[in-house]
Amino acid sequence: MKKDIYVLGIETSCDETAAAVVKNGREIMSNIVASQIESHKRFGGVVPEVASRHHVEQITLVIEQAMNEANLSFSELDAIAVTQGPGLVGALLIGVNAAKALAFAHQLPLVSVHHIAGHIYANRLVTEMKFPLLSLVVSGGHTELVYMKEHGEFEVIGETRDDAAGEAYDKVARALSLPYPGGPHIDRLAHEGKVTIDLPRAWLEEDSYDFSFSGLKSAVINTLHNAHQRGETIEAKDMAASFQASVIDVLVTKTVKAAQVYKVRQVLLAGGVAANRGLRTELERKMAELKGVELVIPPLSLCTDNAAMIAAAGTILFEKGKYATMSLNANPSLELE
Amino acid sequence: MNVLAIDTSNAVMGIALVENGVVKGEVITNIKKDHSTRAMPAIQSLMADCRIVPQALNLIVVAKGPGSYTGVRIGVTIAKTLAWTLSIPIVGVSSLEILAANGRYFHGFLSPLFDARRGQIYTGLYRYREGQLECVESDRLVLASEWAQYLREKNEPVLFLGGDLALHQATLAEALGTAAFFSPAPLQLPRPSELAFLGMQKEPEAVHSFVPNYVRLAEAEANWLAKQKEQNRYGD
Ligand SMILES: [Zn+2]
Repeated sequence: MKKDIYVLGIETSCDETAAAVVKNGREIMSNIVASQIESHKRFGGVVPEVASRHHVEQITLVIEQAMNEANLSFSELDAIAVTQGPGLVGALLIGVNAAKALAFAHQLPLVSVHHIAGHIYANRLVTEMKFPLLSLVVSGGHTELVYMKEHGEFEVIGETRDDAAGEAYDKVARALSLPYPGGPHIDRLAHEGKVTIDLPRAWLEEDSYDFSFSGLKSAVINTLHNAHQRGETIEAKDMAASFQASVIDVLVTKTVKAAQVYKVRQVLLAGGVAANRGLRTELERKMAELKGVELVIPPLSLCTDNAAMIAAAGTILFEKGKYATMSLNANPSLELE
Repeated sequence: MNVLAIDTSNAVMGIALVENGVVKGEVITNIKKDHSTRAMPAIQSLMADCRIVPQALNLIVVAKGPGSYTGVRIGVTIAKTLAWTLSIPIVGVSSLEILAANGRYFHGFLSPLFDARRGQIYTGLYRYREGQLECVESDRLVLASEWAQYLREKNEPVLFLGGDLALHQATLAEALGTAAFFSPAPLQLPRPSELAFLGMQKEPEAVHSFVPNYVRLAEAEANWLAKQKEQNRYGD
């Protein structure tokens, strides 16, 4: 019988200090997330130096909780997995150095995980991956279509040329004077409002799977500005609905097209914006028309940043023997490959 | 009793291993970069050279600042993670105090310093009394010119120590004249073995809540607090 594999994952790429233990890359033994969102709210966004300071305060506490809840000792672990990048460099450094210290102290293999690979592998905590597959990754910093032939092999077939979808959400939320973080507020408002404003959709070249959201963001800001100058008011909920409709239209249309062209067996939704109800509903509706392609959407807690996804992705690296050394560094602009 | 000392708080990266009061090994570099990639390999190779395994460690001592925010966090993160996972005590020592230790045989005040840009320095005032290093004035961020004026009034010789001396030597010499002494190059770098011994004399701290001494707030936080004060003044 094959021995079970236990991996401790550590994630500190942005404003969440997280640690988790995952069994065989699929089963969550523990999943601890200490969010700093309350602290950053007063600044209207994540302040890197403040985030780094919070990570140092939380890191051993979060790891201890993850180990306690998993009810494992370090001698029972098979590897330590940590997010190497992309993200805020000062924040990433805390996780990377804590992981190295743990790997050294217990003579365990260390594996370094790409944050987006982590988001994609959050899906494996829900259901087994079936290759080839396509993953739509949407978060505060990322909008990417990633094609996978097999475990650990990533091909970015489309990415944003300017703002990430989540970034556009935050900027539009600010223009609508919604509190930080704006994404969930827009999603909520969009469901109350109607699509009354005609906003652009950036389809780019015919065969491109790339995205662009800065034009849409500018269109929203200009429309609000012009209405204000004319003394008219635009209902925030209608603007939210119109904006969200444009974003989702592009995301879903390109994903469905890529799923057909690449003849995939599965489509995985990944990243923080996957929590968006509008996106989930529309993707489910459109994917239902495609025969033989399974759509997987992880639960909310696995869409936002967490360490279980890092442990899950790290398990593959461990199985492939792709270990990192003690000179591992954080890489804020790490490429997915 | 095996003590591992770690200092990545400033330009110098220092690692030391002390076994039963004997300095078994030290690593000191003064190249101001890559602390994140070099600290763990340095710890690993020094411990391997000295044939001490992690489980044989009894105490972790770490330089807790002031200094580079990112640099000090690297050392503190490694130190608190090791201390926690090996279930051994952790002790923090001021990065300036370590530097002051280089002035052991000087009769007078010791002013260790790190450059903090825009004419400012991180410094404090220390002195040896009966072989013990004492802190006379706590660590602070201050304009070098202001600090020099303050020391002048003390009317005693002062030894300045640190790798950044060259940047402020003229200012300090001008204000203090013959009362100012400057450490030579071999005594300008904080020694991790001094860190280890200073740590052995101090009380251990709680590991989870252990954080660097940044001396100043994050800029965004300072601005936010100032704005709050402003609003409180005019608000009601
Ligand atoms: Zn993320």
